[in-house]
Amino acid sequence: MTGLEMAATAGIWTLEILAIAVTVALSVAYITYAERRVIGWIQVRKGCNRVGPAGLLQPLADGLKLVLKETIIPTTANKFLFIAAPIMSLTPALVAFAVVPFGETSLFGIWDGPHVMAIANLNVGLLYIMAISSLSIYGILMAGWSSNSKYPFIGAIRSTCQMISYEISMGFGLVTVMMLAGSLNLADIVHAQAGGIQHWYMIPLFPMLLVYFISGCAETARTPFDLVETEELVSGYYTEYSGMWFATFSLAEYGAMILISLMTSILFLGGWYAPIPALDFIPGTFWLLGKTAFLIFVFIWFRATFPRYRYDQMMRLGWKVFLPWALAWIAVVGIFIYTPGLDSIINFWMPWR
Amino acid sequence: MLETAFFNLFAGLSILSGMGVVLARNTMHSVMFLIFCFFNAAGLFFMLDAEFIGIIMILIYVGAVMVLFMFVVMMLEVNQAKLREGFLQYLPLGGLIAVILIIEFIAAAQSGVFTEGVKATAVHISQQVNNTAEIGQVLYTRYLLGFEIAAIILLVALVGAVVLTLRTRKDAKYQNIAAQVHVRKEDRMRKVRM
Repeated sequence: MTGLEMAATAGIWTLEILAIAVTVALSVAYITYAERRVIGWIQVRKGCNRVGPAGLLQPLADGLKLVLKETIIPTTANKFLFIAAPIMSLTPALVAFAVVPFGETSLFGIWDGPHVMAIANLNVGLLYIMAISSLSIYGILMAGWSSNSKYPFIGAIRSTCQMISYEISMGFGLVTVMMLAGSLNLADIVHAQAGGIQHWYMIPLFPMLLVYFISGCAETARTPFDLVETEELVSGYYTEYSGMWFATFSLAEYGAMILISLMTSILFLGGWYAPIPALDFIPGTFWLLGKTAFLIFVFIWFRATFPRYRYDQMMRLGWKVFLPWALAWIAVVGIFIYTPGLDSIINFWMPWR
Repeated sequence: MLETAFFNLFAGLSILSGMGVVLARNTMHSVMFLIFCFFNAAGLFFMLDAEFIGIIMILIYVGAVMVLFMFVVMMLEVNQAKLREGFLQYLPLGGLIAVILIIEFIAAAQSGVFTEGVKATAVHISQQVNNTAEIGQVLYTRYLLGFEIAAIILLVALVGAVVLTLRTRKDAKYQNIAAQVHVRKEDRMRKVRM
C-alpha cells in the first residue's frame, strides 16, 4: 500500500467517523427537544415553543447555556479523574456505533453488489457492542469516586449495581438471537430476518425483545429505572458536576439510548428490511432509522407514563424475573432446534440452516 | 510497517501501564492502569488474528472483573504510606526474580525460535475465516468434556460463594411480592354489623 492510498483510506475513515459522531450528537440535541415536546403533548401542555419556530432552536440555546456556565471542580476532588470521567462515559457510547450497520447500498449502482453501511463490519459485532457498552460503567464509577463526596459515591455504587445486574439478562437475551441467526455479525443477523415481518425475530423471541429493551432502559438509566439520577437521591453520581461536563453525561446517556434503539431494531425488528417485501423500494436506511425513531419514542413514552421503581423492586426485576426468563428462553430455543419434529417450526427463522 | 508500529504501541503501552500499576501511589490509579493494560493486551490479541479472545478479554476482564475489583478498592481505606513501610526489604528477592526473567526472555529471543520458521513468517488468515465459529466448533465437540468440567467447577464455586455469604436477617422486613399481588379484598376488609 502506497502512502497516497493510506492517506486516502485514512481520510475516508475520518469522514465515516465524523458522519456518525456528528449525526449522533445532533440527534441527541433534537431528541431532548422531541422528549420535551412529546411529554408536553402527553401531559396536555405545550412543551418548549419559544426559541425559534415551534421551539426548534431550543436545543442550541440549551447547548450554548451549558457551554457558558462555569465548570466547578471541587477542591478535594481528584482533578484528573474528575475531568476524565465524563469523557470515559461518552467515549464507549460513541465508539459502539462503529459496528452498527445502517443499511446496504450499492451507491446507485457504482459498486457491483450491495455493501453493508458500517464503519467496520466485524465478525464479532454483537460481542463488540456488549464489550464496549459494558465499559460505560467506568465513567460512572470514576465520577462518583473522584468527586470525593458522599452522595456521588453512593450514587455511583447504586448505578453500577443496576448496570451490572441488567447487563447479565441483556447478554443472555442476545444469546437467543445468536442461536437463531447463527452468527455474531450484525449484518448477517439482519440478513437472516429477510422476507417480511413474519421472519423478524420479534416473533419467536418476543419475551427476549421485552427483556432486551427494558434492560436497555435500565442500562441507560431512563425512567422507570432513573433512580440513578433522581432529585430525591441528590442526582446520583453527578452531584458535583456542572456546566458542560454535566452535559457530557447526558450526551452519553442519550447516545446509549439511540444505540439501544438501533440494536433492538437490528436484532429483533428486521433491521433495514421493510415489514412487507413489496415496500422494499423505500431505502433500507429509512426503515432502520424509522424503527429506531419509534423505539426512541417508546423510551420517551415510558418516561411520561411510568412511576419510578424502588431500588429493591428494580433489583428483583433484573435478577428474579428477567434472568430466569432469559435462561428459560435459551432452553426453549435450544430444545426447539434439536428436537426432531419441532425443528421444522424453528427452521422457518433459520434460513441459513 | 504499520503492523510493527501498532505492535510497538500496544506492547509499549502495556508495559508502561503495568509499571504504573505497581508504582502508582493511589490505589484507584493502579486499578485504572490495570484496565488500560488489559486494553493493550486485547489490542495485541487482535493483531494475532485472535479477535474472539481480544473481545472476550475486554468483555470479561475489563467489563466485569475489573468493575468488581474497583468496587472493592473503592470501599477499602488503603493507607499507601503504611503499606510501603518496609517495602524495600523485598527488593533483593524481587530483583533477583526480575533479573532471572529478563535473562530468560533475552535468551529465548536470541535462541532463534521466534526469528525464523513458521512463527515469524506466518501470514494473516483471511477475513473470511471466522475465529469465533471455529472456536465454538472445537469447544463443543472435541473438548466438550473439559469444557463441561470447567463449567461445573465454576458453578460449584458460584453456589459456594452464595452459600457462604447468604444470611437471612430476622430483623429486616422482607416483601413477598407474589403474596402482595395476590391479595384479595376479603383479606384486608371485614364487614362489621353494627
